[in-house]
Amino acid sequence: MPAFWIVLIVLGIAVAGFVLGRSRALNAVIGDRRDLHSLPNYYGWNAALKGVVPALGLLAIWLILQPMLIERAVTGLVSEQAIAEERDLGLVLADVRRVAAGLDAAVAQGLLSGDAARDLSTASDDIRATLATAGVALGSDVQPAVLAAAQRFRVLSGQAGLVMVALVLAISAGGTLYGLREVRPDFRARNVVEQGIRAILIGAACIAILTTVGIVLSLVFNTIEFFRLYPAADFFFSTTWSPSFGGGSELGILPLLWGTLYISLIALLVAVPIGLFAAVYLSEYATKRVRSVAKPAIEILAGIPTIVYGLFALLTVGPLLMKVFGDDGLGWMQAGTAVMTAGLVMGIMLIPFVSSLSDDIINAVPQALRDGSYGLGATQSETIRQVILPAALPGIVGAILLAASRAIGETMIVVLGAGAAARMELNPFEAMTTVTAKIVSQLTGDADFASPEALVAFALGMTLFVITLGLNVLALYIVRKYREQYE
Amino acid sequence: MTDLSAGAASGQTPRSLTQTDARTKKRNAAEKRFRAYGMAAIAAGMFFLVVLLGSIVTNGVTAFQQTFLQVPVYLDPEKLDKTGNRDPEEMKKVSTFGYKPLVEDAVFAAVQAAGIETAFEDAGDMDALFSASAAAQLRDRVLANPDLVGETVTFKILASSRVDGYLKDRVTRDSVARDKNIDAAHLDLVDGMRDASLVTKSFNWDFITGSDASESRPEQAGMGVAMLGSFYMMLVVLGLALPIGVAASIYLEEFAPKNRFTDLIEVNISNLAAVPSIVFGILGLAVFIQFVELPQSAPIVGGLVLTLMTLPTIIIATRASLQSVPPSIRDAALGVGASKMQSVFHHVLPLAMPGILTGTIIGLAQALGETAPLLLIGMVGYIATNYPDNIASGFFDPNSAMPAQIYEWAKRADPAYYERAWGGIIILLVFLFAMNAIAIILRRRFERRW
Repeated sequence: MPAFWIVLIVLGIAVAGFVLGRSRALNAVIGDRRDLHSLPNYYGWNAALKGVVPALGLLAIWLILQPMLIERAVTGLVSEQAIAEERDLGLVLADVRRVAAGLDAAVAQGLLSGDAARDLSTASDDIRATLATAGVALGSDVQPAVLAAAQRFRVLSGQAGLVMVALVLAISAGGTLYGLREVRPDFRARNVVEQGIRAILIGAACIAILTTVGIVLSLVFNTIEFFRLYPAADFFFSTTWSPSFGGGSELGILPLLWGTLYISLIALLVAVPIGLFAAVYLSEYATKRVRSVAKPAIEILAGIPTIVYGLFALLTVGPLLMKVFGDDGLGWMQAGTAVMTAGLVMGIMLIPFVSSLSDDIINAVPQALRDGSYGLGATQSETIRQVILPAALPGIVGAILLAASRAIGETMIVVLGAGAAARMELNPFEAMTTVTAKIVSQLTGDADFASPEALVAFALGMTLFVITLGLNVLALYIVRKYREQYE
Repeated sequence: MTDLSAGAASGQTPRSLTQTDARTKKRNAAEKRFRAYGMAAIAAGMFFLVVLLGSIVTNGVTAFQQTFLQVPVYLDPEKLDKTGNRDPEEMKKVSTFGYKPLVEDAVFAAVQAAGIETAFEDAGDMDALFSASAAAQLRDRVLANPDLVGETVTFKILASSRVDGYLKDRVTRDSVARDKNIDAAHLDLVDGMRDASLVTKSFNWDFITGSDASESRPEQAGMGVAMLGSFYMMLVVLGLALPIGVAASIYLEEFAPKNRFTDLIEVNISNLAAVPSIVFGILGLAVFIQFVELPQSAPIVGGLVLTLMTLPTIIIATRASLQSVPPSIRDAALGVGASKMQSVFHHVLPLAMPGILTGTIIGLAQALGETAPLLLIGMVGYIATNYPDNIASGFFDPNSAMPAQIYEWAKRADPAYYERAWGGIIILLVFLFAMNAIAIILRRRFERRW
């Protein structure tokens, strides 16, 4: 792992820089640190930071960009062949990478000398066999163009690797030296270091923005790519979902949205009444003892991973519902996986979500409102229904919207509990499927990433992202706009 | 509301205040009803919790017991070591197929010796009783200790999943009727062997430490490798999310000016906290696997994705913790000449540390149980049979993770795997419980009220 060693060396240089910078500062004032502008450590930190930050930044960027640039450089060598074989260029490039990795492995194991690896030709050597002994199995024989590209790939990555090591180490050493040269008694080391740390802090804060940008870009680009292959109107308005990896798929989102909304509706029908009444009881009626037991107990439900709920739906709730509504009972249900199964279990998952948010909001209603209501002779429940809940309503609506956004984005419960059939029906005991479940099934197959059947997952993800984001923004807006201002 | 004047106005005779009138009764009944609804809601919540935990425990606890056949096996030197010099290298030439007849013969001989009546007359019929991997396990034992060859040693032979299921009441005679792997006569034989204590159940360490097995060998599958995968992912999350989250919170809480850029960051963080986890999986697939070309199924990718997911949790907890440090601490530090940076790093941060750690542990616990993003980056469908060789391969080689392993088991057709999935959930929940307990203890122990 060369990158690991480079990082270690750079850190070593930084440590040396710290020690040297500190001692240089002390030497500059002959041991009397009162003459220094800053504490001696800051001079050390100055040199160390200048040795580490630019060098590691360059290393990171280089490691990300190098494969892409090299790939672009070798694309020319194989593009003709890809066209001739009518194969996707990406697949051919993957072959190139695999052959190159195989050659590397063969050289590393001493099966080939470095020169031999460079001079191999498909005519004279059985490369597939050689690579197989090196532990890299190839699906087919190596084409000349692929081999040439792989050899070029190796040469370029070798050169680029060397340049990278040299450049990173040079920048690290140079930065440290520059930091050391700056050391003078009147050099404002503390200010410089603090500026540097501040920049690092800002950089860390920007990761949140970068993540959002990453999400949006990865969704947008692939969605555009999808709409190039598949008409957007069909995607949004078709009522059939029948992907077939052989081509001729119909990829309408409506049945998936229907399943998602239906399951979420059932989940909310379970979670909202129970969660709300639980919150009201806990905040208005419960004694301290009951509250101290019941509140954490209900919140345990929130800490249980969704895979557990998924398994619970698949193996416990589904069979249970089958006993009542299945062929032996009412005969409404064909299989254990159904909208009702997933909805019920998701409702259980959302109870603590609704209850703890509502609990906070109800607690925030000032006591004076309650006292006023009691003073007029209202009973406790009348006070709650006619005074407290209206006052807390915006917050509660916000909480319900957040719960809805949770339900729409929930994956594991529906993957395991809702079934796989995309249909638009009213019977809640039928199996239906959701947007999230289809994202999983379209991206976990062996499908080629360039096919519309795989790319549709990104369009589904985009839809999901927009819907949940919209619900969250709406929830925030309602809370802010209609919040009662007391005091 | 009610009022007495209304009653008086409508011409009713006013009654004593100590006697409840119909309307008050109605109101009191409504009050009682409302209260009962509340209690019912709490009871429903508790009921669901109990049912959930109950079904986890009752279904999963059997995974920690495993059935073994305890029979003496004669390790025939003729078959295992023809040259007779006990050289492990030479003995490796005998494959597991060479060991299988030994196991069959041993089981058959034990059955005969115990005098159990059975219709089977051929040692080959004993196949259905023990696991397909029993021969391989025997071979490993022999290769590790070549001197055993030629002796008769009592081995604990892993029973097949059907036998295991029969002793755990999962497999019944009805279900066996349609099963081509085993038939009712075998179950009779098992009954006899149980009475002769040739079949025993014991604690299943292999389930906790072992590796996943192929679809047809549920009795051999374990969580160990997936646990390591989760462990490496958590290392990545801890190593990245904690420093980045703390740095970001310090900036936002202590340094950031109130401007549009800061607002943008704040909005982003609160939105990221609400983005569905599957979307993070899409991000991981598109950015880390397709764009940066990190290996699929590798814990490093899972760790990066979970880091991004955990960041908002850690940032929110850290900011709350920084906010709770009173301004007087900062003022005092500034007053004695510390710079703003020094006051934060030397005084505020150490005081906020318990809260930060608590938030981090809770974030890690969340990340540990998260499954959906792992599905997309290929941690499912990969059968984790090998322990990573070293630390680098622990990060970069394909592996599974605990929740992904549970999902994988839940998807397999053999019901014996459902038991494993529930058992896996027990292990996962034990970890989560331990982490949350640590967080609570930390908070109780170090939380300061100013």
